Amino acid sequence: MTWPHWIIVPVVLPLLCGAALLLLERLRPALAAPLSVAATAAHLLVAIGLAAQAADGTVRAYLLGNWSAPFGIALALDRLSALLLVLTGVVALAAVTYAVAGEGRSRVDRLGPHFHALFQFQLMGLSGAFLTADLFNLFVFFEVLLIASYGLLLHGAGAARLRAAIHYVSFNLTGSALFLIAVSALYGITGTLNMADLAQRVAQLPPDSALLARSAGLLLLVVFCVKAALLPLYFWLPATYGAATAPVAALFAIMTKVGVYAVARMYTLVFGADGGPGAHLAQPWLPVLALGTIALAAIGAMAARDLRGLIGYLVIGSAGTLLLALGLGSRETVAAALFYLVNSTLVVAALYLLADRIGAQRGAHGDALAPGPFGPERSLLGAAYLLAAIAVCGLPPLAGFLGKALLLAAARDTGYAAWVWVVVLGSGLAIIISLARAGSRIFWKPYQPPAPTAAMATSSVQAVALGGLFVALLANTALAGPLARFTGAAAQQLLERRPYIDAVLGARPVPPAMPIREVLGGKPGKDRP
Amino acid sequence: MTIELLLSAGLGVVTAAGVWLLLRARVFDVIVGLTLLSYAVNVFIFLTGRLRIGRPPIVDDRLAPTLANYADPLPQALVLTAIVISFAMTALILVIALRANAETGSDHVDGAEPGGAGEQGRQR
Repeated sequence: MTWPHWIIVPVVLPLLCGAALLLLERLRPALAAPLSVAATAAHLLVAIGLAAQAADGTVRAYLLGNWSAPFGIALALDRLSALLLVLTGVVALAAVTYAVAGEGRSRVDRLGPHFHALFQFQLMGLSGAFLTADLFNLFVFFEVLLIASYGLLLHGAGAARLRAAIHYVSFNLTGSALFLIAVSALYGITGTLNMADLAQRVAQLPPDSALLARSAGLLLLVVFCVKAALLPLYFWLPATYGAATAPVAALFAIMTKVGVYAVARMYTLVFGADGGPGAHLAQPWLPVLALGTIALAAIGAMAARDLRGLIGYLVIGSAGTLLLALGLGSRETVAAALFYLVNSTLVVAALYLLADRIGAQRGAHGDALAPGPFGPERSLLGAAYLLAAIAVCGLPPLAGFLGKALLLAAARDTGYAAWVWVVVLGSGLAIIISLARAGSRIFWKPYQPPAPTAAMATSSVQAVALGGLFVALLANTALAGPLARFTGAAAQQLLERRPYIDAVLGARPVPPAMPIREVLGGKPGKDRP
Repeated sequence: MTIELLLSAGLGVVTAAGVWLLLRARVFDVIVGLTLLSYAVNVFIFLTGRLRIGRPPIVDDRLAPTLANYADPLPQALVLTAIVISFAMTALILVIALRANAETGSDHVDGAEPGGAGEQGRQR
């Protein structure tokens, strides 16, 4: 691909489609759903194309507005960004397909207005956050995806969603305030917002401003961990994800990964090993807090009273595992984290969609972990639940096991080895117990099938969306070798920060196609009285 | 120096008031707290460009092109973005709070009074 503008397509495509959908929803409501699904599919294809580009190992920079790097905003594509873009595309396609399926109350996108527009804006925010190389631009994309997520969370209304939204919105607004304080403090010290430039300048800070830079860096860690749901900051997550409609919760599975991605990027590039006075900033905090997160997530999973609450704690546990591996900070642990990230995101998205189907089959019992009637799809949904449970708790033969095994093997050489083994394996056992208990309560003790209703049966399109996620999970297992090589190379690329800095700061603006100043006449600044 | 001290102390007070309100259990207090916090943040962003009085942020031919003659334009642009976002978000959370109050009948942040009042809540 020689066209240089592919990097911006994952941001611009959802933006334009979202804007068009706002109009279409009024003028041609029948066209909104097909356009949204088609745009999401196109987004996935572009992401795959970008991943194929990034696989050669070069970092590609893109100068927005053709301003050279520290002055204008730059986007950068490396293996990590490409991997997360593809993952976003897969989850989003499954979620939007699921949302347009079904009839009546079970068709999610008809529960309220603007579902598809918000969905596309969320996709834009996610893609932008994964691609940007500018700290303030990262803030803006965080806001884009958060604002869209507020709307998506409230989609369908109801008291439970409003209650969850108050917590979620006020919590994230506070997070945004802290983000702004950290970003502007870093700008005040270093005079730059470009992440590559920031990396160079933080490394050369004089001692008197190093403390301020470290404080700002740790404040950023707090903000990213709000998104990623680390120990003292995760209490919003189970209620929020549990209150959202199923496809929205599935899409939110990638949203915690934005926090994980931002931690991975900032604490290797700017506050990583070569960060001078800011070096190893997150190192003392992340492993300890992540171990606590994993342990408490396992306890929360055992105490959950419905399936969605249980999945919420699984999201927290997987975010904890990822941040643990990033905090350990060796090439092998980061590679294991990226490998585990793919599996955990896919399986959590699949579980949220599955929980919705299970809830529909059980009528008034919903997804509560209590014995109750079950509709005719018990064996099929039970088998799907078993598969997803194996993938999420990390049992062989699925890729969740490989991810955890890679992490445990990589953690042997670090100072936290004993803690990692005990906590990861212990929490794995607790999660197996809670998943087995949930499965036996839901599937094994039905006393009678309830009267069938139209909302109950899984439609073929819903089955395609769910099946797609399961195929992706199985493909993840079957292609574990190539994926592990890719994530290994991505981790290598992440820890060698020089190519990223050189690519972003070395990108040259495209020369103008025509001498614009001569066409307009006069030189800038000279034509005024 | 005096004005720097005054501004930073003022920012500290506003931030502390915002955080204190944010930690209260009433939705209205939380929203006022968020507003105070975002005011403090906006002024803080503005201050990271340092205090300059009577200096233009854009190039002027009549002034020598040295940094001492100009104000930093970037924080001014950043603060504009931050103001727009925080303003819109305050409007959004107000709407959510009003809807939640109408649906749950309570202005407690958990949507119900703690300790027995249950779903009835406090009627306003």
